[in-house]
Amino acid sequence: MSTVEGVIAIVGLALITLLTRGLFLIPEREVPLPAWLQQGLRYAPLAAVVAVVAPEVLMTQGRLIDTWQDARLPAVAAATVYYLWRRDILGTILSGTAVLLLLRLGFGW
Amino acid sequence: MTGAALGIGAWGLVTGVAMAKSGLPLPLAVLMSVIVFAGSAQLAALPLLTSGAPLWVVWATALCINLRFAVFSAGWRRYFGVLPRGKRLRMAYFAADLNYVLFLRRFPEPRHAPEQVPYFWGGVACNWTAWQVPSLVGLLLADRIPTAWGLGFAGTLALLGITYSMLHDRSTWVAAGVAACAAVAAYALPLKLNIVVAIAAAVAIGLLMDHASPQRAQPLEDKT
Repeated sequence: MSTVEGVIAIVGLALITLLTRGLFLIPEREVPLPAWLQQGLRYAPLAAVVAVVAPEVLMTQGRLIDTWQDARLPAVAAATVYYLWRRDILGTILSGTAVLLLLRLGFGW
Repeated sequence: MTGAALGIGAWGLVTGVAMAKSGLPLPLAVLMSVIVFAGSAQLAALPLLTSGAPLWVVWATALCINLRFAVFSAGWRRYFGVLPRGKRLRMAYFAADLNYVLFLRRFPEPRHAPEQVPYFWGGVACNWTAWQVPSLVGLLLADRIPTAWGLGFAGTLALLGITYSMLHDRSTWVAAGVAACAAVAAYALPLKLNIVVAIAAAVAIGLLMDHASPQRAQPLEDKT
């Protein structure tokens, strides 16, 4: 990715922020929220996030990981347990990161 | 607002560190933090950008993640629809999730009142500062942390937490499972098309399940 491409990508992302946050504020007259958007909204954001997360957790260089000695797995397990316990995203990140650092730095996983 | 601002700040700090560790050059990461101003979309776009996914896949992913804002915008319209369009859009750009939640708590009646505009800008200024300052601090300090620690994974953990917060019932769990399997199974596709495949599969399964048991359909929420 060149710098120019990066800038184009980022400016595009900023326009997407403006477009989505302002969508129903753009027309001069009120537009009712379409049913398909209401329904699709239930799944599209969830799917987009999961589709990014799953390969980041489960794959290394395009292959499913084939060892349990990967710091990411215990980190995700710890983060999951924390979320189920406290329902708090920040603590989820911190607990997972703590386990990751412990295994990476302490055990060289 | 103070408690919420602390939470936003911590989340901004993590996002800043994760952005710096993603391999995106620092000036681009700073530009992204300052002008994109949408945490979940930024975190999801990063691995796509650095692995050379085509722009339309990066943008489509961000668009899907930001769709919830489109629904908020329909809510904002009930308060600010009377203002001129330029002003409406300027306000919309800065209106994050937290602002929407707090604003609706303060003004439950859906109609315009003059005191809403200063209230809105005050809340937005707090949220913007509470997010941007720690985010930039994270970006700059991350240089001192060795890459081998793998702190970029904090961004993935953040998205994981957001995923959990969106799982309410059986159909959202099934849709998430389908998305995960599809994203991994289709990983070998060029251009990061596995993301698009996963979104299509999950939305299809979700809508099918809604048709099979159409008794409830709640909107989704997540934190940015």
